[in-house]
Amino acid sequence: MGAPIRTTCPYCGVGCGVLARPHPDGAVEIKGDPAHPANFGRLCSKGSALGETLSLDDRLLFPHINGARTSWDTALDLVAKTFAATVAAHGPDSVAIYGSGQLLTEDYYVANKLMKGFIGTANMDTNSRLCMASSVAGHKRAFGSDTVPGTYEDLEQADVVVLVGSNLAWCHPVLFQRLEAARGERGTRIVVIDPRRTATCEIADLHLALSPGSDVALFNGLLALLADAGLCDTDYIKDHTQGIEAALDVARALDLPQVAQLTGLNLADVAAFYDLFAGHERVVTVYSQGVNQSTAGTDKVNAIINCHLATGRIGKPGMGPFSVTGQPNAMGGREVGGLANMMAAHMELADPNHRRIVSQFWNAPRLAPAPGYKATDLFRAAGDGRIKALWIMATNPADSLPEADSVIAALKACPFVVVSEAAARTDTSAHAHVLLPAAAWGEKDGTVTNSERRISRQRAFLPLPGEAKPDWWIICEIAKRMGFGAAFDYAGPSAIFAEHAALSGTENANARDFDISAHEAITQAPYDALAPFQWPQRAGDVPHETRFFAGGHYFTPSRRANFVATPYRPPASAPSPAYPLSLNTGRIRDQWHTMTRTAKSARLMSHIGEAFAEIHPREAQPLGIVTGDLVEITSPTGRVVVRADVSERQRPGSVFVPMHWTDQLASGARINASVESVVDPVSGQPELKHTPVALARFAARWHGLLVTAEKPHDLNADYWAMTPVKAGWRTELAWHDGPHDWGTLAQSMLASDLVSYRDEAGGQHRFAAFTGERLLGALFVSAGLNSTTRGWAADQLAAIFTSGPGRQRVLAGRPSSGAAADPGPTVCACFDVGLNQIVAAIATGGCISVDAVGTVLKAGTNCGSCRSEVKRIIDDITLQKAG
Amino acid sequence: MAGPIAALSGTRPKLVVIGNGMAPGRALERLFAVAPDAYDITIFNAEPRVNYDRIMLSPLLSGEKSFDDIVIHGDGWYIRHGVTLYKGTKIIAIDRARRTVTSQNGIVAPFDKLIIATGSMPVILPVPGHALPGVLTYRDLDDVQAMILAAQARGKAIVIGGGLLGLEAAAGLADRGMEVTVVHLMPTLMERQLDPAAGALLQGALEARGIQVITGANTCAILGSNRVAGVALDDGRMLPAHLVVMAVGIRPNAGLASAAGLTVNRGIVVDDMMRTSDSAIFALGECAESAGQVFGLVAPLYEMANVVAAQLIGPSPARFNPSAVATKLKVTGINLFSAGDFAAGPDRHDAVLVDPASGVYKRFVLKDNRVIGAVLYGDTAHSAWVFDLIRSQTDISGIRDTLVFGPSYSEPNVLKAA
Repeated sequence: MGAPIRTTCPYCGVGCGVLARPHPDGAVEIKGDPAHPANFGRLCSKGSALGETLSLDDRLLFPHINGARTSWDTALDLVAKTFAATVAAHGPDSVAIYGSGQLLTEDYYVANKLMKGFIGTANMDTNSRLCMASSVAGHKRAFGSDTVPGTYEDLEQADVVVLVGSNLAWCHPVLFQRLEAARGERGTRIVVIDPRRTATCEIADLHLALSPGSDVALFNGLLALLADAGLCDTDYIKDHTQGIEAALDVARALDLPQVAQLTGLNLADVAAFYDLFAGHERVVTVYSQGVNQSTAGTDKVNAIINCHLATGRIGKPGMGPFSVTGQPNAMGGREVGGLANMMAAHMELADPNHRRIVSQFWNAPRLAPAPGYKATDLFRAAGDGRIKALWIMATNPADSLPEADSVIAALKACPFVVVSEAAARTDTSAHAHVLLPAAAWGEKDGTVTNSERRISRQRAFLPLPGEAKPDWWIICEIAKRMGFGAAFDYAGPSAIFAEHAALSGTENANARDFDISAHEAITQAPYDALAPFQWPQRAGDVPHETRFFAGGHYFTPSRRANFVATPYRPPASAPSPAYPLSLNTGRIRDQWHTMTRTAKSARLMSHIGEAFAEIHPREAQPLGIVTGDLVEITSPTGRVVVRADVSERQRPGSVFVPMHWTDQLASGARINASVESVVDPVSGQPELKHTPVALARFAARWHGLLVTAEKPHDLNADYWAMTPVKAGWRTELAWHDGPHDWGTLAQSMLASDLVSYRDEAGGQHRFAAFTGERLLGALFVSAGLNSTTRGWAADQLAAIFTSGPGRQRVLAGRPSSGAAADPGPTVCACFDVGLNQIVAAIATGGCISVDAVGTVLKAGTNCGSCRSEVKRIIDDITLQKAG
Repeated sequence: MAGPIAALSGTRPKLVVIGNGMAPGRALERLFAVAPDAYDITIFNAEPRVNYDRIMLSPLLSGEKSFDDIVIHGDGWYIRHGVTLYKGTKIIAIDRARRTVTSQNGIVAPFDKLIIATGSMPVILPVPGHALPGVLTYRDLDDVQAMILAAQARGKAIVIGGGLLGLEAAAGLADRGMEVTVVHLMPTLMERQLDPAAGALLQGALEARGIQVITGANTCAILGSNRVAGVALDDGRMLPAHLVVMAVGIRPNAGLASAAGLTVNRGIVVDDMMRTSDSAIFALGECAESAGQVFGLVAPLYEMANVVAAQLIGPSPARFNPSAVATKLKVTGINLFSAGDFAAGPDRHDAVLVDPASGVYKRFVLKDNRVIGAVLYGDTAHSAWVFDLIRSQTDISGIRDTLVFGPSYSEPNVLKAA
């Protein structure tokens, strides 16, 4: 067993360093890299479980054409020939690439180069459009460049941290832990601005549950107050900015009561927030998808930046606006220009000088003349025939784009769809003509950039399985077969990185923010040894911590920052009597995107194993909905059926559904099909956080639980949702009606020889099938909610049954007395600690702090991702006792 | 009434018992335990023997036990308690006016109190040939001895009736080396206690022991000229046999009481103090009919016996209040427990566990959140707990979902802290 390989986590935008050590038995030991400046050894629950996601089950290992395995040569020839023929017949804009924030910078670079420099179209957009396009647009409007001014340390050095539209605790857990630790040391005041009381609120001094999409009103009010109270940094404004008057005119259009009314907040809370912001110099405002995923996303970003510009709190330790990205390499994608309205190295398609630089550098035969289709438009164009050949890489738009059913329709309509994927089956790849097996994390080599502009290496520590290939190789092979061989003849990722670095420095001289020309001559060995560094790192620089704009020097033509006037606009569609609620979507702690990787880990799936809707009691009660019921959420474009979680954490009038679930794991939980496809007019980013929807109870007379050693298929149920468990699969089921022939159904799901239990009048039908001493599967059907002990039932798949009574007891659906009790749903994924255990430790063990629970149960003592949940459980119980 | 003082004075009232089965035996035990000298007691037994455990006839038949093993009261017991026992002496008349009974052999015994415990008679199918030699019933020791004798010749036996007794007889004869076929009128065996699924399990288990089972078989004649040679079914099948055992049910033996002018319905009608229409005369056991019901299992018969004993001693609140009864099929290797009430009804619900591979079937009949009946087939481990639930009429609504899995689900679980 060799030394661990230093690499970088493939999930969120924090970009944590990971030490991966493959064992001879095929297992991979995963640890946080103590030397990485993003995480200093910490990892979250998802990162800690990376080793459990590396199996080759469900991997795409060979090229396929129309569902049949083929050779790489045949597949590459077909793709190259079809793209070339399409371009020849219909022009460059008839083809497109839809990429991903999970591509490595080198993959991204060559894809962008091929499209924009050689095919001659800017139809190269990515799922980053869904993630932080509004931040990019807001940065460019204010700074003249897509620049994140600060560093993670700023969160630790601030006196006030404002988290806007950011569930940092679940979506960027390691950054949250750094903030939490700093708060413990210096008493950082924390404000959370989010319609929901998320796990992040557990460390908040103030939570503003504002109405969806009203952030601009809140920050306009703040700007007006800062100006009117004389709290602005007039020197900074005078020396380094322009346009404050227009911004202030708009901001002052709202008085404080109007701000309170528009945001749905009470005056005292608004005032308390303004006091905190105004009263502290060191303020960092972190914003994420809650800001970006909005039709006013770009304005929200600028409304926030305006307040930092007005106070001169930018680019200095402990202060600044801070966009935290959702994806591991959204930043890297931006750096190479991997969006339809960008070019390369933070240069602009519309800038003639930039076009000349890039054109010459690439020796590009035909540089894309104009911006291409942004994500939602791109799929509309694929649907209506404007795009005739589409190549999707490392992403799953059939689930992740708004109005996702229309995306599926577009995939079906498009004459030629290529999907480069690591997963064998996704809702997108089902519609591909050509499937290309791509290398996955642990197999591929390159760089990524995290949210604080830090470039780190992702390194391979596993061999390429089957015939999987790195994305850069696939793209370059296509480019060669299209006749662009000379420009795509790279020995490997290091050569691509060197070219990328050289381009960034070309005719730069501090004219552009992005410059890593210190690495323009990098060769294989230094590339292999490359330590994480922050950009810019101009030729001749040594690696150092960097911030932007403390002393101005913006990248606008005037080198001044722009205040942007941001009139408040409500979300695009108002709730109506038919669709009275605001649908909010987002991530949960232990899942990543469409779950192709995280759903492989039973441990991660045990945190939340089923899609759900968080509903306020005000909405739930009149409909008779209680926690555990199934509910139906419909919009004009889609419908899901998910489990109800009735909670006052939700804002009245809103409902939250996680974005992760796909048709691979549930009968109908693709929430993005229901999300309206309306976009920010500047950034083109969809309003994923607000769609008017209707809520109804899903009338299910029968509920079922199925545990099976093998993954179930062809489930005959009106509702199903499956989740992997340690020794197989657990599937929740529901049926509208009965009576059913449950025995026949059980035989179809399990086997013909069954142990059975029925209590017709009591509404209980249970079946189990065995092979030898092992449980093949068990089905528990009940009239009404099913009370089978989930964890226990799943554990029976791993048990050995040597006696009849033991086999029959499976059908009891729960452990007998004396057996260890059900630990409940997992809260701590690292140590498998369940909710019931924590409740017991608090209620009967007297634990009154997160650390005390940790001492007794170890929960929260490894990755720490569950600490905010543990605190919430403690608070809930303390509250109950007090009440 | 009679009492200790009367006993000491030598003018003890006379108690006559007709029948010497398990029920009167139990009544006398109870009586002796409280008032050993209250009565001058005479027993007339039509069978030429002491009181033995009729429930154990099947192990006797199969050879697992001997007669000595199943004797309840040996001769010494009667002597010790000063009881006059007439063995093989059948009473043929009761003279209620004179307060005497008369035996077949002319003994006339006076009584102050009389207990009629004449038991029941096996039902004989009134088909041609039913009286042929080699056609037996399964009722008493004589029947068993006849079967054992017949079995010595090996050969084929047919048992008519797939109820509890018939199946025990079939198993016993098979154990004795006979080639046994059970013919049963209903589609499945023991249909009063088992539903079709369990009946099929039981049939499979019997067939595995080499016993052939024909269900839905209506016997229309016993074949043979001077001795039984077979059985004819109404579907035309002829089954050869050297021995036929009829086990198609029992009928209370109430002829004597009826002739004496006592009220008789199906059995001798008694009130809840077990008194017949003549208050000096008790009826007890399988011959008695209480609240329209007759009884064939030992538990209620013993309860009757307790009431009779109490009433003999003096005014007593003891009343016969029949509760659930339980039975086990006494066939080695087949575990079957059945208790309580199985009649179907709109307010009755079943909870059923079936494990065909293990040969286990458990059925609970529920009414108003109480267990009123249960069958445990293949695994009778929790039968005592189940029977207790039935008798105590425990509200099971809290444990309904795990009831069939035994008592170990009724306690709260212990949460493991680390």
